[in-house]
Amino acid sequence: MLNTNDILESIRMISDENLDVRTVTMGISLLDCADPDPKKACEKIYHKITTRAERLIPAAEKISAAYGIPIVNKRISVTPIAMLLASAVDPDPVEYARTLDRAAKSVGVNFIGGFSALVHKGFSAGDELLMRAIPQALAQTEFVCSSVNIGSTKSGINMDAVRMMGQIVRQAAEATQDNQCMGAAKLVVFCNAPEDNPFMAGAFHGPGEPDCVIHVGVSGPGAVRAALKKSAAGLSTDGVAELIKRTAFKITRMGQLVGNLMSQELDVPFGIVDLSLAPTPAKGDSVANILEEIGLETCGGCGTTAALAMLNDAVKKGGVMASNHVGGLSGAFIPVSEDDGMIQAAEKGCLTLEKLEAMTAVCSVGIDMVVIPGDTSAAIISGLIADEAAIGMVNSKTTAVRVIPAIGKNVGDRLNFGGLLGYAPVMPINTGSPQAFIDRGGRIPSPIQALKN
Amino acid sequence: MKAVITVIGKDRVGILARVSGACAENNINVLEVTQNILQGLFSMIMIVDTSQCPTEIDRLAEEFSSMGREIGMDIRLTRTELYETMHHI
Repeated sequence: MLNTNDILESIRMISDENLDVRTVTMGISLLDCADPDPKKACEKIYHKITTRAERLIPAAEKISAAYGIPIVNKRISVTPIAMLLASAVDPDPVEYARTLDRAAKSVGVNFIGGFSALVHKGFSAGDELLMRAIPQALAQTEFVCSSVNIGSTKSGINMDAVRMMGQIVRQAAEATQDNQCMGAAKLVVFCNAPEDNPFMAGAFHGPGEPDCVIHVGVSGPGAVRAALKKSAAGLSTDGVAELIKRTAFKITRMGQLVGNLMSQELDVPFGIVDLSLAPTPAKGDSVANILEEIGLETCGGCGTTAALAMLNDAVKKGGVMASNHVGGLSGAFIPVSEDDGMIQAAEKGCLTLEKLEAMTAVCSVGIDMVVIPGDTSAAIISGLIADEAAIGMVNSKTTAVRVIPAIGKNVGDRLNFGGLLGYAPVMPINTGSPQAFIDRGGRIPSPIQALKN
Repeated sequence: MKAVITVIGKDRVGILARVSGACAENNINVLEVTQNILQGLFSMIMIVDTSQCPTEIDRLAEEFSSMGREIGMDIRLTRTELYETMHHI
């Protein structure tokens, strides 16, 4: 039964409050593209991606037009490329990255994720080779995204990988110094990385996934904020949580519908809906603004972690009811450069790196799209990665680090990435050195809650 | 197949005539019309049947949207599923 008010509400959420499906991501397994001859492997990779994803863009555009639902990004995630390098003889990983980039351009997607390695317990063949190639792979390609999983609740944290990743993040920024250090913005270091994440830069197609699958990531901070602005006056915190839940339900329903339609249109199984509040730099489409609407003067002040915990939980509760399968990162994202309210709060000095770290203990991802001074040492970046990974490991949740050392810049300067990646001020970072700790290497043992079996 | 046409914008003469005229041209049968004017803002919702219309719905949506741009209104033609699924379990 169609109700006039429901129709008008949906249209208002889409046209005035930036509600959209943030991404439809096709996951493609490349396990059958492994070949001892790297050239042949790259040919197989290109062929498989361009065949499988041939109709991805037209199908998404057709559904978007027929149902009136904006679908902002169309993307691809693939099997971690380190797994393919393992069986190749003397491969050049950068050539694999260029192949992914060409395939992405050929089918018309705007990012392809999976230049990745899973090293939470140790390195296997291909892993170190891929990791050392990340800076050049990201500098020489446009659309390729990279991620490395360095820890998990079950296996602890691989501190050798943490040490390497501190250096690699710096090198990725240095290799793209002339392009706003963009390389580091396309590189995520994970703990407990999900295998079905549709969001970039951390998307990859895990080995437990089917051959080809469609995942959907929803958005909607603007819609949640507008609902609070309209109806939250005088409500207690329970009432606010309920209102967020109801709005999250509506937002997620849209994602579920798009996933079902894409799956039918492409004859590919529907994987998961990622129940995320993904902000954009557009005015009002901001997670920070939601927290401020809940009652904080500025995001980053005392009370921020509690308000975010409530928001994150309510989003999940509303979203779970609205969808069949939930996965990916699912929760509120707090990427500083991609969120207008976070940018303002960081520029005022109200939102600090330490507060962001606390926030990551209760929300979806981690220290995300944070610009740090260009002279930050690799050991400090490794220390930050280890801290975040420890939060993820102990709390059995995904955490990640995507920081961009602004080479040649310092606090007071800015990096401007453009588009959905936005811009951000350089934020100060504690300069006490963790060098000796990081140099120990080895592995942080898994925490006791892993022993549940 | 059912679709929803929504028309939102500043009230003026001839909106209904223009939109229903476009429906007739495309062999779209109008099943229901509700309209409201609140503080000068006109909103109209039409439930229509497009099963006899030869044009694909995505092209039809573009046609109605460009007609909206022409007369300074927000006009959308979409399938009904979004509105049904977003608000009901």
